[in-house]
Parts: sequence; structure tokens; C-alpha cells
Amino acid sequence: MSVLVVMEQSRLAWHRMSWEALAAGQQMGPALGIPVAAAVLGHGAAALAGELGGKKLDKVYHVEHELLDHYTADAYTVALAELVDMAKPSMVLFPHTYRVRDFAPRLATRLGGLLVSDVLRIEVKDGAAVAVRQMFQGKLNADYRAAGGGTQYISIQAGAYRAEHVEAGSAEVEVLTPALEAAQIRIKVEEPFRESARAVDLTAADLIVSAGRGIKEQENLSLIQELAAAMGAEVAASRPICDNGWLPMERQVGSSGQTVAPKVYFAVGISGAIQHLVGMKGSKCVVAINKDPNAPIFEVADYGIVGDLFEVVPALIEEIKKAKG
Amino acid sequence: MKILVAIKQVPSRDSQLKVSSSGRWMEDADLSAEINEPDAYALEEALQLKEKHGGEVVALCAGPARASQTIREALAKGADRAVHVEEEDLGRFDLLGVAQLLAKAAAEVKPDLILTGLQSDDLGYGQTGVILAELLGLPHSTIIMQVEKTEAGIRVKRELEDGWFQHMTMPLPAVLTIQSGINKLRYATLMGIKKAKTKEVKQLSADGLGVTAAPKVSLERVYMPQRAKQTTLLPGTAKEQAAKLAEILKFEVRVL
Repeated sequence: MSVLVVMEQSRLAWHRMSWEALAAGQQMGPALGIPVAAAVLGHGAAALAGELGGKKLDKVYHVEHELLDHYTADAYTVALAELVDMAKPSMVLFPHTYRVRDFAPRLATRLGGLLVSDVLRIEVKDGAAVAVRQMFQGKLNADYRAAGGGTQYISIQAGAYRAEHVEAGSAEVEVLTPALEAAQIRIKVEEPFRESARAVDLTAADLIVSAGRGIKEQENLSLIQELAAAMGAEVAASRPICDNGWLPMERQVGSSGQTVAPKVYFAVGISGAIQHLVGMKGSKCVVAINKDPNAPIFEVADYGIVGDLFEVVPALIEEIKKAKG
Repeated sequence: MKILVAIKQVPSRDSQLKVSSSGRWMEDADLSAEINEPDAYALEEALQLKEKHGGEVVALCAGPARASQTIREALAKGADRAVHVEEEDLGRFDLLGVAQLLAKAAAEVKPDLILTGLQSDDLGYGQTGVILAELLGLPHSTIIMQVEKTEAGIRVKRELEDGWFQHMTMPLPAVLTIQSGINKLRYATLMGIKKAKTKEVKQLSADGLGVTAAPKVSLERVYMPQRAKQTTLLPGTAKEQAAKLAEILKFEVRVL
């Protein structure tokens, strides 16, 4: 019985969400009364493993292989399946990154388990872990418990635990070389790239007016642009608006776009799916305008207007112009 | 190329959800339903690949009898035939159980390529395609933005975080989960709707496929989330709400 936290690194740099998953692990160990270990996979990752050795952990696994130099789902699945078979953890935690979404379901299936993905928090009830996650784009929460006695696999949502809560300490580092062969890797990866340099840096904006599906038609975007102009704000949007080509991708806020933290973030007609919330919930003040009082955006809003944006926004533009004199 | 597209019927996006009296699900009998949006993009990608390279598009859907509406829509858009794993209570299976149903049904079709949306709008696990790949022993990739056929297989563009992308190649058969926005969705034509009525929909069942429900994870409770923040809701007419907000922005938040 133990907790194993699988950390994520690319080009020997940590993914920041790894520390959040590690913080979750450090809380779960004492709560369940079991030891906590962490693992890092890669090629030449000794320094990263050493850094983990300075955390409050019972064990660090440094899984080292040249075929782990670049991420592939095939190699990660083989290497981690070997580690889990050997370490026999009762709970495996991952940060819910794009990479984890790519390999962890496969790993859990291979090991006869099932991943509970994108978990908000883990509660301990009657000595057992209950994982809480969202459904229906954040409109409902759901509690999941393991049925049967197998290993639990859980990926932790961005921002659900705090990286600064990771406790320092010391742990022994064990180096493992998995039995990986090139023939097991069916996918050939090329170098990651960016489409183009970002012309718009939303991260520097003090004020952002952001549009979502609620604006319905491309021509209605002018309303958002007018509000932004009145405020002196940048225009942004949730993913569907950029998918439709109504605004360039570089104006997208969310997990696949930019992460912003302005003084004020106006969410207009944005329901607040988690993929969007992770990109803006650090804003100092969130104003939400939405016709659905149960829209998840109101959970992170400081000020909310439940109403028809096509009535509220024109009135607001007028009032802002008045207030600015 | 024979392409299988796994699609799901989900409650409409603007549904008002109410937790059922059991506390373990919501009242879904009266909710209107639609195709899971990411699956619509997967279907569109399959149709475009078929138009370029020839072959066949088979839609696969697990769900109750009423999911046949979503299947007909896929046929009307251009899928050649469909497989419906009819199961009135999919909730008795966990995610792995549903993937097992799909895997058994997919194995009978023997596709060259399996596509599905990257996640569902209702449960949002984002795992079905990946589990399907493992159950079938096939390579996979997720969050795909582009698919090209090559001599030896396919080359795809995968979305990474923070605006990064990566190309990768893999042999067929393979499984891909498709990102929303990869293409422009088509509407069904009148001719398509007419033709759909005559297309084959093969009915399968969990019993027939030999899959029994043996959940590894149980869904204990669903509930409305508690607000993390105290939201000040502004009352009144649109004009009153706007005036109050402007006042707050000027005197409390001080950004005007």
C-alpha cells in the first residue's frame, strides 16, 4: 500500500502541474496512513530525480532509458507498467496534462484498472479515497469510489492542489532501467513547433473582455469589441469562438490558449467549461454575464449578471461611457 | 480506407440539469439530446478522408434506443452504415465497460482507422478512444488537429499545451481522438436525410457481445457544486444591472 505520483518533464524541465500532483500525493499519504513515492521518467533525468530526493517522500524512482528521451504513449505505457508492477502502489496520481490524457488511460487499462480523470479533490471517507470530479462541463460534481480492491488511478485537475504546499525532506533515489525496445514504439514523433509567433500577448493585459458561445453569431462580436473599446480592454474568447474562425486562435483563453490574470476579466456568454476556467481563474476580478444562472462561470465570478447579453452589454457600454465622463 | 467513427448521444448543451431522487444521476428522460460535439468533428474528418481516399465510413454508437436519432443524423451526413450497441442503461457499465462494448463491436467491423471525439460533453472523461486502442492492441494519438494519409500509414498533427503542436506518424490500423475545430462541420442535405432511411444499422447488444458489467469504479453521488466564490449577483432590469456594474467598476474595482 502506497501512493505513487508520476511527475512530468519535457526536455528535462518540469511541467508545473507535476508539483500540484505531488502536493496531492503528500496529502493523501498521511490521510490514508501509507507511504508516498514519486517517479520521473526520461533520459538523463538524474538532476530532476535528485531534486525530488529533496522532497518529503519515502522513495523516488528515476526511470531512465534512451527511448524515454521523447514522449511516446507506447514507451511511457511499457515503462510505467513495469514500475507499477514492481512498486505495487494502491494509488497512482498524475497531473491531468495533455500528455497524461494521452497515455494514462492506456496504462490503467493495461494494468487492469481504470483512470478517474481530471479530479478536483480526493476526500478520505471511512479510510477509503473518494475522488471528486466534474461532469456536464462543470454543471455537476460527482463522487467516485473504487469498486473492488485494485490500484486506483487518478489524474489531478490543474490548480486543484497548490504547488507551494509541496513539503521538503529527503528521499532515497532508486534508478530503474525498464525493459524497453524500439520495436515496442509504433509512433514516430517529430519536433514540437509553434504555428507562429504570438502577435497578441493577452497575459500583459489589465482588462480583458472575453466572448463565448452565447454571442451566437460572428456579427455580434462587434458588441464585444465595442465594450472592450469603451473599457480600453483587449478582446479574447473561449475556444468555440476561435474554432469557428470568428477570432484568431491567439485570442483564445484556456488550456489550449493563453493563461491570463488581468485586473478585470469580463466573461460574456461564456458558460465556464473547465478548459476555459483554468486559463482565467487567476484574474483579480471576474465579471460574468450569462443567461443561465447555473452556468459554472458564476462559480468563479465576483460579480454576476444573469440576463440577456444582447440587452445588458449595450446598456453597459452606455453606462461605462457615462462613468468615464 | 475503412473508417469507424465512435459517436455518442449526449444531453443538449443548454440543458437545465436536475439531480435525480437516487442522487446518483440526473433526470434525463425529458432532456433533448444531440451528437457529442467533438464526435461531430470526428465524423466530419472521416467523411473528408473518405472523399479524398475512397473507402467506407461506419458510425458506431452505444446507447439506448433513442440514440438511433443521432445515428440517423450521422448516416444523413454521409456515413455509409452504422452499428448500434443498444443498451438502455449504459450507466451500469463503467467507462471501461463501455469501451469494451465498443471494442467488441469495432473488432467485427475491422476498420483501418478509428476516430472519435477527444472527450464527451456529458461525462467528459476524455478516455474512451485511448482505452479502445489498448483493448484492440492498436497505436493511438489524441487531440488531433490534422490527419494525412501516407504510404505506410498516417501522419497526424497533435495539439500540445500552450500553443505548441507536434507531427507524428504511425502505421494503420490506429485510433485517433479528434479535437473540436479541426474542420468545418457540414449539414445533412435533404437527399442525405432521404438516403439515410435506407442505410444499414446493425443492432448489437451487450449480451450478444459477451460483455458483462463489472465496474472497477463506482459513481456514488452526483450533486450541484458549491460555489467557490461569493458572487455578488446584480438584480434589476438590464439597464439597472449595467448601471450598478459601471458604478462598481468605477468606485470599487477602480478601473474606469
